[in-house]
Amino acid sequence: MGLPLFPPGDDPGPSFAALIRQSDPTRPLLPSVDATRAMPAVAHGTTVVALRFADGVVMAGDRRATEGNIIAHRAMEKVFPADRHSAVAIAGAAGPAVEMVKLFQTQLEHYEKVEGVALSLEGKANQLGQMVREHLPMAMQGLVVVPLFAGFDLRLGEGRIFTYDVTGGHFEEADHAATGSGGRDARTTIKLGWRTDLSRDEGIELAVRALYEAADEDSATGGPDLVRGIFPVVATVTAQGYERQADADVAHAFTSLVERRSLGRGITGGGP
Amino acid sequence: MTMPFYVAPEQVMKDRAEYAQKGIARGRSLVACVYDDGILVVAENPSRSLHKVSEIYDRIAFAGVGKYNEFDQLRVAGVRHADTKGFAFSREDVDARSLANLYAQFLGQVFTHEMKPLEVEILVAELGVDGKRDQLYHIAYEGTITDEDRFAVLGGETETISDRVAESFRDGWALDAALRAAVTALAGPDRTLEPADLEVAVLSRANGRRAFRRLGHEELAELLSGKRRSGTRASRAGSGGAASPQTDDGGPLRSE
Repeated sequence: MGLPLFPPGDDPGPSFAALIRQSDPTRPLLPSVDATRAMPAVAHGTTVVALRFADGVVMAGDRRATEGNIIAHRAMEKVFPADRHSAVAIAGAAGPAVEMVKLFQTQLEHYEKVEGVALSLEGKANQLGQMVREHLPMAMQGLVVVPLFAGFDLRLGEGRIFTYDVTGGHFEEADHAATGSGGRDARTTIKLGWRTDLSRDEGIELAVRALYEAADEDSATGGPDLVRGIFPVVATVTAQGYERQADADVAHAFTSLVERRSLGRGITGGGP
Repeated sequence: MTMPFYVAPEQVMKDRAEYAQKGIARGRSLVACVYDDGILVVAENPSRSLHKVSEIYDRIAFAGVGKYNEFDQLRVAGVRHADTKGFAFSREDVDARSLANLYAQFLGQVFTHEMKPLEVEILVAELGVDGKRDQLYHIAYEGTITDEDRFAVLGGETETISDRVAESFRDGWALDAALRAAVTALAGPDRTLEPADLEVAVLSRANGRRAFRRLGHEELAELLSGKRRSGTRASRAGSGGAASPQTDDGGPLRSE
């Protein structure tokens, strides 16, 4: 491998994906399969949520991955830092999704290093949309990847959330979003509990509650695993950057929720 | 048709070397040295946006002197090499030694085969972790590579600056002492350099996965005047990079 230098006309610019294509056009960036064959069962990740609170955004995802009716993984991570001020969460086919996150992270860091400044939040959201769009042929084969992107916009000084569809179309959500098989239940829970002035702790509590309700209704979504001590991943992005909540804190949020629920024999009610 | 005159190869090399040296000496010099928590790079550079010192990868920094467009092209190639390698293999597999060798080969190739040698001198610095030493690779315009584990001086009057740094160098000194010594060495006895004349960056073990950080003018002034002793960014736990997507947040590429 020599030094990757390009003549001015062929320079791939600050894009990492373009660089890979330029240096080795035959190498696929994301997993691809022969479209004429039937797809074997692959692991799918399930519910992820994001919501805005006063200082930024909370993002959370359960830990379960399923292959059909089988639990493939109990401790899969679906919430990742995209860079210092944004986070990406994934639902859908686990393999391509995790690969997409890795490519996305490299792309953002590559741009930042080559150009000397980070992309705007809008620019990052757009980049991710292009990756999802390029993945469309695979989505048609059943390997759907639907990310959720959230970050702190340093220019506007507020948290923002973007959702995607399989065609790469991305839409900015006003206050909250959820996707994956349990997304509907999670969304309803957040909708009932969301206020404009949520504090950080309230935001985390609401995200935790949304995942709990999703796991309660959707068999593919993993709830808190009290036996093995596996709890969903919860992260916040504020002006100070991405911060993953300590496992002990998330565990505490879940155990207190479970305690409250068992007192009412599973009756949900409105507030915490 | 005119016949080309015969020129002895010794003369050709000498002329090219002289040409490159002249180009490099026209610019200002740069000092890099190790301190207790990492590597410090100090360049005399009044520009705030055209950088001489930059981040290549998690623990690797790049610095260049001479012609800006030439060393910046090398910097971008370095970022591309490192990111491609880290993406294909693992973040831990990206090391400064192989990158420094690539630079040396390229510079040597250009020096012997092209009409015009590159008028640059570059430095590839790697922060040592897990018991490894900090490493500074100094690559000259003709591809000569030297490795240092204390300090390196790039640019024009390197000998006098080197002597000044060698005199004041102490093993395990703090950031402020190292910075003051580097700035004094760059300035010489007749000048004083203000924070606005300097571009300073560190590779620090306290910065988490992405060790590179620029020091802003305010922080520089405080360090130079002795109001502050070390970098202040709160340390963050870095995993060093997992095989799959990173799960830590990395560091920013901005001065604070």
